Amino acid sequence: MATVATPAPDKTVEQEAVRRPRKPPWWKGKILPTYVALVLIYLVVPIFVMILYSFNVSHARLPQVSFKWQGFTLQWYKEWNGIPGLVPAFKLTLILASLAAITSAIIGTLLALALVRHRFRGKGATEQVMFLNIAAPEIVVGAALLSFFVILSTNVAILHSALHPGFFDLFLAHVAFCIAFVAITVRARLAGFDRSLEEAAGDLGANAWVTFQKVTLPIIWPGVLAGALMAFALSIDDFVISNFVAGNVETFPLWVYGAVRVGIPPQVFVLGTVIFVVGFGIALANLFTGQRKKKQQKA
Amino acid sequence: MEQPVRSDHGVAVVRKPRGRAGKKLAPYLLSLPATFWLVVLFLIPLVMMLFFALETGDVLHGYSLTWNWGEFGQQLSLHSTEFIRSIWYAGAATIICLVVSFPVSYWIAFHGGDRKNFFLLMLLVPFFVSFVIRSLAWQFLLSDQGILLGTLKNLHLIPQNFHILATSTAVIAGIAYNYLPFTALPLYVALERIDYRLIEAAGDLYCSKREAFMRVVLPLCIPGIFAAFLLTFVPAVGDYLNQQILGGVSNTMIGTIIQTDFLVNQDYPAASALSAILLLGVLVGIFLYGRLLGSRTIEEYV
Repeated sequence: MATVATPAPDKTVEQEAVRRPRKPPWWKGKILPTYVALVLIYLVVPIFVMILYSFNVSHARLPQVSFKWQGFTLQWYKEWNGIPGLVPAFKLTLILASLAAITSAIIGTLLALALVRHRFRGKGATEQVMFLNIAAPEIVVGAALLSFFVILSTNVAILHSALHPGFFDLFLAHVAFCIAFVAITVRARLAGFDRSLEEAAGDLGANAWVTFQKVTLPIIWPGVLAGALMAFALSIDDFVISNFVAGNVETFPLWVYGAVRVGIPPQVFVLGTVIFVVGFGIALANLFTGQRKKKQQKA
Repeated sequence: MEQPVRSDHGVAVVRKPRGRAGKKLAPYLLSLPATFWLVVLFLIPLVMMLFFALETGDVLHGYSLTWNWGEFGQQLSLHSTEFIRSIWYAGAATIICLVVSFPVSYWIAFHGGDRKNFFLLMLLVPFFVSFVIRSLAWQFLLSDQGILLGTLKNLHLIPQNFHILATSTAVIAGIAYNYLPFTALPLYVALERIDYRLIEAAGDLYCSKREAFMRVVLPLCIPGIFAAFLLTFVPAVGDYLNQQILGGVSNTMIGTIIQTDFLVNQDYPAASALSAILLLGVLVGIFLYGRLLGSRTIEEYV
């Protein structure tokens, strides 16, 4: 790996002309930025590959991305809906992620309010559970949920149809692993909250609900939104837990995983590219409109 | 809930619409949905899984609780290779992540300037692509005839029979790639918190730059390093996707065994025992962390 590609001869000459007592070597202060750039490029490489291969020509009878580069085509973007099962799986993932994000944003925000605003019995225990929820390996959580659903649906007759692995189970599971993340994100936002604003609203005659609606919520809204987006991202990307609880239902990652053995149709990369462009576009727009992104990243 | 709470003095109460009882109940009401959800869909399943591990039977005849503690030892010895391999892969990947991302986090924290958030977003870029697709892209990249190796082979820079896929290198590289942001972010948080004046002070006290780094910066970000280690190692040790996509049969990790036992063999007791062991190992690690550095810190890094 070439760490520093181009030496800058002009600069060296310039610096020599100035004749400082101790001339720093030309590479000084350049190694680290170059390294950072290389690592960031490395992080983008597979995404680049995905986008590239979504334009790859395929001559196979069944549309399938070949490992070899065979030429540029827009065919797969035109035929994005050409693979049976893929688009429904994609839609299901979007619906699931939206529902999970909204639900966990509401529940997680309430939890964050309780944690920041109040001291109560069981607060420590709740925090421990949240932490455990985040720290436990996904595979363990998925396996535990599957055991749970299997036991309940076989032993409790009423729950049989409801909890038989499927969409509803996916929803329950996804919200369960999103709540803690939302709560932590919102809590970070609430930490710097000036409570005298709420007191002022109270003094001006607003009741608790109006105060919450008109004062509290607008202030913590960026945190709630960040939490919801995070939950959406976690849910849309989840593979391990979904793989356990999905049953016969297929989400987009599960569909792709199932297709690995048979061969990946190029449409997978098309949809992947679409998710990337939309998601990254929103993030960039968010960054440039000067949203308080920092807090979200830290959380 | 405008109704004022009755009080013996009955004076100040009227002004406050919410009485004491409401105040006391508020935190419980607020946290109820979340606690309920977490207890029912996280804690209880975990406990149930533990019980499942103690059951015997099979999927056709049903299971019964026989307190079969032997299952744990049996599974542990049966799959010790996979356990050790998982720890080795995850450990190697975590160390690679730490070494690779430390300078990056350091640079962003101290030299990122106004564009810090942009660089952080760039660190998070992989998360905008589905996990499965990310691994898949590496499969394409590293495949024997793919754009990287195929080109190198055409140029005769590497021998024709050279391959990376289905080796432990590929698996470790895949894991390291996928979890790098989990390492870089906590490191960044820890480094960003360091007051730059401390480093200047060290310089004023005739510390060389190197010494200042070793004696000021590094000790101050030890909690961050531990948090990064845990946040990377824990998911990595249970990962099975990278192994299945980038590795081969000789690279089986414990996650694959759990998945197969659960979803294919439907040997629930065995799979439950294995995941219980995995969870226990992780908890011991976290407990040790808490003992050494306090349990608050890690939450802050999540």
